[in-house]
Amino acid sequence: MVSGLTISERQRSMAVLIVLAVIGLVMAAAGANRADPMQAHGFLVLLFSLGVLCFVLNGYFEPEPSATRLTSYYDDPSKAGIVIAMLWAVFGMFIGDWVAWLLAFPDMTFDAAWSSFGRLRPAHTTGVIFGFGGNALIATSFHVMQRTSRARLPDQFSPWFVLIGYNLFCLLAVSGYFLGITQSKEYAEPEWYADIWLVIVWVTYLVLYLRTLARRKEPHIYVANWYYLAFILVVAILHVVNNLAVPASFAGAKSYSLFSGVQDAMTQWWYGHNAVAFFLTAGFLGMMYYYLPKRAGRPIYSYRMSIIGFWGITFFYMWAGSHHLHYTALPQWVQTLGMTFSVMLLVPSWIAAANALLTLNGAWDKVRDDATLRFMMMAAIFYGLSTFEGSFMAIRSVNALSHYTDWTIGHVHAGAMGWVALITFGSIYAVVPWLWKRERMYSPVLVEAHFWLALAGTLIYVFAMWNSGIIQGLMWRTYNDSGTLTYSFLDSMVAMHPYYVARAIGGLLFLIGAIVGCYNIWMTIRRPSGASALTDDALLPANLQPAE
Amino acid sequence: MDIAHHTLVAFAKSFGLFYLLAMAAVALLYACWPGNRSRFDKAARDIIEDEDKPWR
Repeated sequence: MVSGLTISERQRSMAVLIVLAVIGLVMAAAGANRADPMQAHGFLVLLFSLGVLCFVLNGYFEPEPSATRLTSYYDDPSKAGIVIAMLWAVFGMFIGDWVAWLLAFPDMTFDAAWSSFGRLRPAHTTGVIFGFGGNALIATSFHVMQRTSRARLPDQFSPWFVLIGYNLFCLLAVSGYFLGITQSKEYAEPEWYADIWLVIVWVTYLVLYLRTLARRKEPHIYVANWYYLAFILVVAILHVVNNLAVPASFAGAKSYSLFSGVQDAMTQWWYGHNAVAFFLTAGFLGMMYYYLPKRAGRPIYSYRMSIIGFWGITFFYMWAGSHHLHYTALPQWVQTLGMTFSVMLLVPSWIAAANALLTLNGAWDKVRDDATLRFMMMAAIFYGLSTFEGSFMAIRSVNALSHYTDWTIGHVHAGAMGWVALITFGSIYAVVPWLWKRERMYSPVLVEAHFWLALAGTLIYVFAMWNSGIIQGLMWRTYNDSGTLTYSFLDSMVAMHPYYVARAIGGLLFLIGAIVGCYNIWMTIRRPSGASALTDDALLPANLQPAE
Repeated sequence: MDIAHHTLVAFAKSFGLFYLLAMAAVALLYACWPGNRSRFDKAARDIIEDEDKPWR
């Protein structure tokens, strides 16, 4: 990997890493001075930079890459990003399943502070959303932007800076939760210094994307890039605004939000819901609009619909966040505004889901035979289902039943497992053989197994949470003849137990699927391309395994 | 500089409505403009059959 960099790029990497190591040292010293948990993060930054520095030094004296490299795409960062994404998937889903078992069996914290629910839960969400989802988005965006622009990345340093810098952010985030460092904003838990670092990384990412697009061959920019760009640009805006905060001390981790009271809540949920929109939807729609037509070998059903859907999603989502704050101190008209836009969002969401499914219409035999394509098809179905559910749950009177119950958790996971993870696995299974120049994945049977594990896991999870959520909501609003509540909160907890066990089993299936995927990807990478691959083909059925 | 609540509401309910309608109209016109059709069709087709090499 280092051998692919020019000497000046290797020097630039070393300079950046040395500066970062010094910053880590300063953070560690400042934190140690006040016995602040920032000390641990200082050492983490220091060790991380020194570790990467050793890696660069190790390859520093290798010969420079030849000029012929410029005649092909630069895919090393995409390859690394996919492997890292899969590692985060296993970590994040493992923690998630642990949390699921913990809710059914509360003793599973094993009496440690770091393993309490409040610390494991953000480690799960950050691990899967930012670790798995974010790395997959970065890796695939590098691949897609080069192909659709027919242009090689403008340099070789920036993509590595983005990928490695982003993972440093993820490590700071997750390790911080275990240490008890959090600013208590959902999906924006990392403290001020990690937030500033992410801004630097993210601006580099945006500039890199724009520089690649500027080198494109066609005047028209393919629609997948619009979605990826919306993801990068809007996440930058959301991240900066929601994390505006004043550190209590520059030598400490603690900071105070610039906003207070209901303004803080509104800013947080403007961020929170748009993180769903632009991190978990726009970026993955970018993935879908490239890998699905490519894998199916058919152009997207309606390019016009993809454009209308794009502007619908960008216009409408911005206003939907306040549906998280129904029946709160937020003014009623702001709640209604959020509700109305959430209902209108169904139109662009279903445009995208329908566009994906209509693209496959006429190629169902491929969907039947090819589990990779089936991952993408199922993702589109879950996208349609969960966006319908989301619009429905945003209606104030429905929200009165659903809010604060497991129904919300079920909805989120229909989106995160059914849509985000399935489209990602499908795209990864499509792109891995292309990137590593293999004829196909190591084992189509294992892709098939992963598909069914993931689907079964998602269905079990979502049905368990629908049941438990609605029961919870109903128990909390059932009154007896004397006008008091029929059930205590504890009664509803006891009623939840079987569903929590079922949810944990569903999560376990999903996790096992991800581990199977890791093994399959690893074996695909390790298997030599060419001759030996062909002898294997003679032993295995030539075609992909059918569904049964 | 103090913005009263009702000022903000009035602004959102008047200007907000019209600028969203205008943006929707622009997006729809762009997507459905007959002259753009060939460009869109070409864009959709081009990703399917690409030579796996950058042009520069």
